Amino acid sequence: MFRILEDLVLSSGLVNLTPGNLVMWLVAFTLFYLAIKKQYEPLLLLPIGFGILIVNLPLTFLMEPEQGLVWFFYHYGIEKDIIPPLVFLGLGAMIDFGPLIANPKTLLLGAGAQVGLYVTFFAAILLGFDLKEAASIGIIGGADGPTTIYLGSKLAPHMLGATAVSAYAYMALVPIIQPPIMRLLTTEAERKIEMGKIRPVSRLQKIVFPIITAMIVMLLAPPSAPLISMLMMGNLFKESGVVERLTNASSNELINIVTIFQGLAVGATMTAAVFLNPKVLLVFCLGLFAFCVSTASGLLMAKFMNLFLKVKINPLIGAAGVSAVPMAARCVHKVGSEANRRNYLLMHAMGPNVAGVIGTVVAAAIFLKNLG
Amino acid sequence: MAELTSPINGKVWKILVAVGDKVELDDEMVILEALKMETPIYSEENGTVSEIRVKEGDAVNEGDVLVVVT
Repeated sequence: MFRILEDLVLSSGLVNLTPGNLVMWLVAFTLFYLAIKKQYEPLLLLPIGFGILIVNLPLTFLMEPEQGLVWFFYHYGIEKDIIPPLVFLGLGAMIDFGPLIANPKTLLLGAGAQVGLYVTFFAAILLGFDLKEAASIGIIGGADGPTTIYLGSKLAPHMLGATAVSAYAYMALVPIIQPPIMRLLTTEAERKIEMGKIRPVSRLQKIVFPIITAMIVMLLAPPSAPLISMLMMGNLFKESGVVERLTNASSNELINIVTIFQGLAVGATMTAAVFLNPKVLLVFCLGLFAFCVSTASGLLMAKFMNLFLKVKINPLIGAAGVSAVPMAARCVHKVGSEANRRNYLLMHAMGPNVAGVIGTVVAAAIFLKNLG
Repeated sequence: MAELTSPINGKVWKILVAVGDKVELDDEMVILEALKMETPIYSEENGTVSEIRVKEGDAVNEGDVLVVVT
């Protein structure tokens, strides 16, 4: 009788708990709190938090290779790079590239805001990370979840949880992180600049854009193909106007389904043994640094362009060059309207914002080409 | 007579004035919603609301007339 009881206790998860597991529970609970109470990116943080919680319950073997349920999600979804491109398919079906087509020079802002990636890449190397780790940390500055996961799973899978969570966390914190930098680097007069109406874009232009962009980007940077091809096909679905069912499936059901498995699988990489490591704290600091430098470089790029432009742009829209669609554009709009209540920058900021998505994918492709 | 037009594409979230209301420069007239964000639209002059061309929930494009003030 006593033996049976003893067996029951020894085979339970309880006696196998480590202090690290308990810390990870706290991390999971913190994410639950942020997602549910603060509504910070709940669609992402809730499944990630649950993933963290369940892999830190001992003896469940959920992440046991060739055996655990969540391992299969991770292996086929993330390791084999199926989910991030599918998320991009859905994003493409949602994104309106109109503001970028109307004002193609905002493409430069989307590129300018990628500077933070490279600065952080070198900073991380100086701090002792190897090249592959440094690249997957730098990409956090692009503020693009799927691209961060895509690159991280290829270059530094042991840090995937940390890089993905910090990318999503900083995206949620855009309204807190960006405004001080925006105010610091622009004058009141610059923030007041109104940008007028956006040039109307024809249906033909909107249809041609994803086709041409897909061809150019993939010819120039072939490793970007999985992400860019899906992004642009989704956008072609949307703009063609003839496959509403496919557009809706991509931008609703499909992206929702893969988001569940992406979050759960990413969360499940965060076992105590992997996550509780001083390097992880550094990843979060460097990620924040990347994000700030990207914001600043986008703003400075816009100010630089203004030296040559007859009709000045509002330099605030440069800050939207970090992808974080549409959080960064919203933030630009808000800061702009605080300086001048008749300033409606939202759509103008969407140009660099969507350009930033393309810019981050290209940056990831360059890292992959040289390090992968 | 002046037409207050929408500066952005979005949805009409709330209409804060009614026909016959006296409005002043910079009064909040309409709140639009775009990209999950509320954007207030302010009156561009003093006058009386003579016509409201949209209703709450309508989708509007940039340049569409929202309210007419005389």
